Amino acid sequence: MKAFTQLNALVAPLDRANVDTDAIIPKQFLKSIRRAGFGPYLFDEWRYLDRGEPEMDCSNRPLNPDFVLNQAQFQGAQILLTRENFGCGSSREHAPWALEDYGFRAIIAPSFADIFFNNCFKNGVLPIVLSPELVDSLFKEIETGYQLQIDLEAQTITTPSGRVIQFAVDENRRFRLLNGLDDIGLSLQHADKIKAYETERAKRAPWLFRNA
Amino acid sequence: MAGKTLYDKLWDDHVVHREDDGSCLIYIDRQLLHEVTSPQAFDGLRLAGRQPWRLERNLAVADHNVPTNHRDQGIADPISRLQVDTLDKNCAEFGITEFDMSDIRQGIVHVVGPEQGATLPGMTVVCGDSHTSTHGASAALAFGIGTSEVEHALATQCLVQKKAKNMLIKVNGQVGTGVTAKDIVLAIIGTIGTAGGTGYTIEFAGTAIRALSMEGRMTVCNMAIEAGARAGLVAVDETTIEYYRDRPYSPKGDDWHMAVRYWERLHSDSDAKFDKVVELNAAEIKPQVTWGTSPEMVVAVDAAVPDPEQETDAVKREGMQRALQYMGLQANQKITDIAVDRVFIGSCTNSRIEDLRQAASVIKGRQKAASVKQVLIVPGSGLVKQQAEAEGLDQIFLAAGFEWRDPGCSMCLAMNADRLEAGEHCASTSNRNFEGRQGYGGRTHLVSPAMAAAAAIAGHFVNVAEEQGASA
Repeated sequence: MKAFTQLNALVAPLDRANVDTDAIIPKQFLKSIRRAGFGPYLFDEWRYLDRGEPEMDCSNRPLNPDFVLNQAQFQGAQILLTRENFGCGSSREHAPWALEDYGFRAIIAPSFADIFFNNCFKNGVLPIVLSPELVDSLFKEIETGYQLQIDLEAQTITTPSGRVIQFAVDENRRFRLLNGLDDIGLSLQHADKIKAYETERAKRAPWLFRNA
Repeated sequence: MAGKTLYDKLWDDHVVHREDDGSCLIYIDRQLLHEVTSPQAFDGLRLAGRQPWRLERNLAVADHNVPTNHRDQGIADPISRLQVDTLDKNCAEFGITEFDMSDIRQGIVHVVGPEQGATLPGMTVVCGDSHTSTHGASAALAFGIGTSEVEHALATQCLVQKKAKNMLIKVNGQVGTGVTAKDIVLAIIGTIGTAGGTGYTIEFAGTAIRALSMEGRMTVCNMAIEAGARAGLVAVDETTIEYYRDRPYSPKGDDWHMAVRYWERLHSDSDAKFDKVVELNAAEIKPQVTWGTSPEMVVAVDAAVPDPEQETDAVKREGMQRALQYMGLQANQKITDIAVDRVFIGSCTNSRIEDLRQAASVIKGRQKAASVKQVLIVPGSGLVKQQAEAEGLDQIFLAAGFEWRDPGCSMCLAMNADRLEAGEHCASTSNRNFEGRQGYGGRTHLVSPAMAAAAAIAGHFVNVAEEQGASA
């Protein structure tokens, strides 16, 4: 996983609440057995005027000019600013894969759906929760297209005017993201504890261990 | 010390290791696998040279991509076929039990798990699928995960988790005639919203929940995720225990008695503290129909489509306007005036035998309306299909002009060939009415199996409570 330390990048505003994972990456693209290559299909039904199909070449597809990611001033954005309950719906990790593959490394919203929030951290994407008022103020400021500076070590966002916004992030997740650490390797450091747990649990619930 | 909630008990029983910041390594008793969210996890294992920690704790079944007719001809779409073949190959390579497409036990992963007794009370259950919350109906702590966590659970039989907060939703009293588990859970989502349960595990309780069968409780817990909660729970009672007696993977002999004693403690203590309590009166719940593109956009069948002009919150108002435009509906239009083009009865929410009986019971020898293009009945598993045929339900459906299909996720998310055309309205027993969910431009209305079947007959939504009340 890519480490996340600092990011100084353009922000794209997606001014909708309850953006679901079907909107982020429609189901037909979930048929892929690979982990990469979802970026061109991110927000497919909003981004293009035609119907997207898996493995389609997107370079000549008709773009929806009204969709924010198609507007000139937001090209190259790596930070997505959006509204409540972003990422609701299915558990598909293809959603953060698509966001990351497109180029987004951070998402700012007043709230996120739990599974999506968790999946972001596994993929080097930082979801940042700010109050609805702060998010609202950012929406008003960035209409012309501007950069935000995010520092995960310091847990701060700095606006072009120099305003510094603090954000909270779970310590364990922050550590893993800062260092780009593989969760499985870290958990396997506790292999003895897992085995001890199984021995003890097998006494309490032996029916769960009959086919071992 | 205050008593424990059911969730507290399940959590405490599975903690392997606790970090300073409160995150825990939680033991996973059962992982269910399907073809869409597992290939990259198996690839990850191969790349790192890792083996599954405990093979027998995994059970795999293909469901999202499988065709629901002409199954003997295989899967026509080569990309879907590759995904299902990849699951077969991965299971064979690693030695994981799989019910493949030719197996009578094949079906939707969340129907198969309880049906086989593979997901039991007191277990932790995960699957790369958000509707894993279904299994909480048996007081299992069950939640959906992403593919990185599928790989993590395969490799370590554990997951790193932070404990959620406790929410209690009590549905008091009794529901009226024609009101089902689906209507209860849609009414709950309409009350607390799609983010109302975010950060919580929801325990469903109260007399109306107790009165539900296990299958009804599965319908309720299935849609906990649509209220934002990763996990839903119902405490163990006699209904739970009877359901698991003699299931293929249920404990046998002395193990059974020992397990039952353990399961009987799986309820919240009377002095347990919840972070949030919501109460609903079951008698006030009417058959529900969603009108928009989020499950919280739901009203009673005898109501009208809400008017965005009455909404004071600007973000919500815009969301409502966008939803009405997408759905091709007008504010203040009566729900019973909405015509349906297709009907889908199936999905991990409503494809079990009782759902099919419920749908069949409203037909009463009538035919689907001529204006309805297609009515798909997709049983949740091969065993559900077999049972329905033994009861003659398939004949009732076929006589009404409905289509009787093979098991799978089908038009719930339209990854296989079953889908809506743009602009079509569908009365669907599934769980999500998101834009494009059932097909590009498709317009989904979430309802119960009885409501879906009644809409198929009438060609528009009708109030089954009135119909059934009149004939009762």
